[in-house]
Amino acid sequence: MAQHSRKGAQFQAVTANRLADGIVVYLTAANEWSVSLQDADVAEGKEAAEALLARGQKFYVPDILVVDIYLFEVEKTDGGIRASSVREIIRQAGPTVRTDLGKQAEIDGVHA
Amino acid sequence: MQLIKNGSFVQDEWTTLADDEALPASGPVIVSLERFNTEQNLLLAREGKLGIRLKSGQEPTPIAPYLDRLALVALEFPTYRNGRAYSYARMLRDRFGFKGEVRAVGGVLRDQFFYMSRVGFDALEVDDNITPEAYADAVSTFTEVYQPSADGRERVMSLRQRLAAKAGQHA
Amino acid sequence: MYRYDQFDQQLVDERVTEFSGQVARRLSGELAEDDFKPLRLMNGVYLQLHSYMLRIAIPYGTLSSRQVRKLAEIERVYDKGYGHFTTRQNLQLHWPALKDVPAILRELASVEMHCIQTSGNCIRNTTSDHHAGAVPGELEDPRVICEIIRQWSTFHPEFSYLPRKFKIAVSATEHDRAAIRIHDIGVQVVTNAAGEIGYEVWVGGGLGRTPIIGKKIADFVPREDLLAYLESILRVYNMFGRRDNSYKARIKILVHEIGAEDMRRQVEAEFAEVKTRGVLQLPDDEVARIEKYFAAPAWEDLSDDVPEIDALAAKDKGFAEWLRNNVSAHKVPGYSIVNVSLKPIGLTPGDCSADQMDVLADIADKYAFSEIRVAHEQNLCLAHVRKRDLHEVYQALNASELATPNIGLITDQIACPGLDYCNLANARSIVIAQRLSERFSDIEFQKKIGRLHVNMSGCINACGHHHVGHIGILGVDKKGVEYYQVTLGGAADETAAVGDIVGPAFTEGEIIDAIDTIVETYLGLRQDGEIFIDTYRRVGVQPFKDKLYATH
Repeated sequence: MAQHSRKGAQFQAVTANRLADGIVVYLTAANEWSVSLQDADVAEGKEAAEALLARGQKFYVPDILVVDIYLFEVEKTDGGIRASSVREIIRQAGPTVRTDLGKQAEIDGVHA
Repeated sequence: MQLIKNGSFVQDEWTTLADDEALPASGPVIVSLERFNTEQNLLLAREGKLGIRLKSGQEPTPIAPYLDRLALVALEFPTYRNGRAYSYARMLRDRFGFKGEVRAVGGVLRDQFFYMSRVGFDALEVDDNITPEAYADAVSTFTEVYQPSADGRERVMSLRQRLAAKAGQHA
Repeated sequence: MYRYDQFDQQLVDERVTEFSGQVARRLSGELAEDDFKPLRLMNGVYLQLHSYMLRIAIPYGTLSSRQVRKLAEIERVYDKGYGHFTTRQNLQLHWPALKDVPAILRELASVEMHCIQTSGNCIRNTTSDHHAGAVPGELEDPRVICEIIRQWSTFHPEFSYLPRKFKIAVSATEHDRAAIRIHDIGVQVVTNAAGEIGYEVWVGGGLGRTPIIGKKIADFVPREDLLAYLESILRVYNMFGRRDNSYKARIKILVHEIGAEDMRRQVEAEFAEVKTRGVLQLPDDEVARIEKYFAAPAWEDLSDDVPEIDALAAKDKGFAEWLRNNVSAHKVPGYSIVNVSLKPIGLTPGDCSADQMDVLADIADKYAFSEIRVAHEQNLCLAHVRKRDLHEVYQALNASELATPNIGLITDQIACPGLDYCNLANARSIVIAQRLSERFSDIEFQKKIGRLHVNMSGCINACGHHHVGHIGILGVDKKGVEYYQVTLGGAADETAAVGDIVGPAFTEGEIIDAIDTIVETYLGLRQDGEIFIDTYRRVGVQPFKDKLYATH
């Protein structure tokens, strides 16, 4: 899998796609998978990030709940959590060429 | 591991020998191509049936001259994604007319049983979780086939011709 | 067009049952993702950025109006009301849920459609000329042999776990509209000295990381032996193709490593064996049976001169532009081929809404023998339209944004979905296509530029065929930022060539200006009667380099 965080990334969150419908989800502090990036648990530093990823992978029967679990880099802004890469911004919002589709059209707080 | 032979779950009578393992005096054994090449005379002269196990990348042409003295050829699937042995099985059956057991070993998935049975495998080493129902279900997925293959099944094209001829007779 | 008989239908129905079982096993956890992935891929189900994607096969790009209506219905019920036509003449749904895929497959099977082998390391949908059966100079309708190849390759027990994916394309005219030289196997219909139909076979073409133009390894394979010949190529590939590295696993690498001559020799040796057994020979009556499905429609005896159309063109400038750019010559007097542009200025190349698809189905029923074609350039086509109906067809298309008069012009771009949808992409491609088409939206300027193919891909896999665009644009990722690399001089037709990289990549902000510079440079250099590719072949890359990197 491609690397979704820069080396030495300060903040990271864990994402996946829901198995049944493919929708993008984020691991929360309550160990649930939320459709909103704003609900994501954010880990600071390498060790915390690895622990977060392990939590996503091991504890919540992810194999029938979600697939393709990985860490990605985020920024904490005044408006909330923001993905760092173009790819992850698109994943959490929807296609930039169809702003009427995807999370950007369905839930609040997408463009923090 | 369990063995399915001609559609039945059976006890495996064969012993697969490691290259450094002593050759038993009797009983059916499967050896590697490397061992066959170095101990050919000994192996062919021995009492008991002989089988050769080919790795992916070892195509069957070099063993063709010995096939009439072999009772089994095992073809390895290093992973289920590596489909080389489908062609090897077909060569063994179609080109070399091998009548002995052709066994699939290694990455052998339920969803591949149908294809394997079509290219000439009559024996499959499968995971323990495979049930006879699952096997029967997998090999009967498709009633008809589009291609001729080593299983000798009539392809749809010929079925159509027969149907047309029949319709012609009645007309 | 071809219609399923009881055997074809049964196979597709049984496939729906099989795949539904696989999905159920996955959803229940019986199948792990790693084991399920190759199974879903063999049925065209990908996991993309926002959701799953389902790729629906459109064999050799031919659809009936009934099928198009069903696709529209599926898009509305199970997706978000649109679909995306691809360079392999398929249709992609970008938003289906995995749990709904079995239901979608049942719907597709009800109109003789499926997703079989639209992905995975197997023989993919066989593609062909979207002008088949309509274009002058065709030796036979290539779709007959395509259908025969479709059946032979469907669930081929020996070739379903190949080293890598495998694509076949067929062309039956000298001018290649099916891009056969960039396919794993390209089949060119030819005749021999005795006037018999046969096939020239090209092998080892492909784009991706290592773009290579195919090599011809057979000058004339008789029709009855074509399947035996194809089977021989596939067997050599399956046994000797590399499996140690997925980037080196396509047949083009095998051909490149052993050489075309050695490839030909190995295939011929295998062919001799396969032919001896005789089981793959094509029976004449089966060919005849399939030919009947592609028999020409009942042409009317019409004059090729239709003054009322000329008069309407004189009055209606939009219609005149459309006639000039989007309508091609038909082999029968009084008929035309209507190319339907899916490249409206500023929108997504290849996207078509469910409403547009319903409109097209209605138009096809009324004016075009209920048939719609998909072109590998991500456009559609009505193959047989009476000339006297052209104005009505134009108006109906135009009312649904399907008559942008830009076929073959700079705004008729090929673009993959890119980073807006695709899990593999490194950069967005659609947005670049949109900005480019807005920059060059003036039709007079487009006409002045002339035929110019701009192709763009969002990653090195080259779904947007950037290597063979006259101008190619490749999106690359540099530390999370999108950059765009430009190639010049590629071609996908009978003069197929891989474009030359012009120099360092451009930023998202620079790329449109860079294309502008390339176009202006060409306009300054071109001689009478040249199109871009002619000028480029005459002058080479240097003048373009000079201009591009002097100003940037």
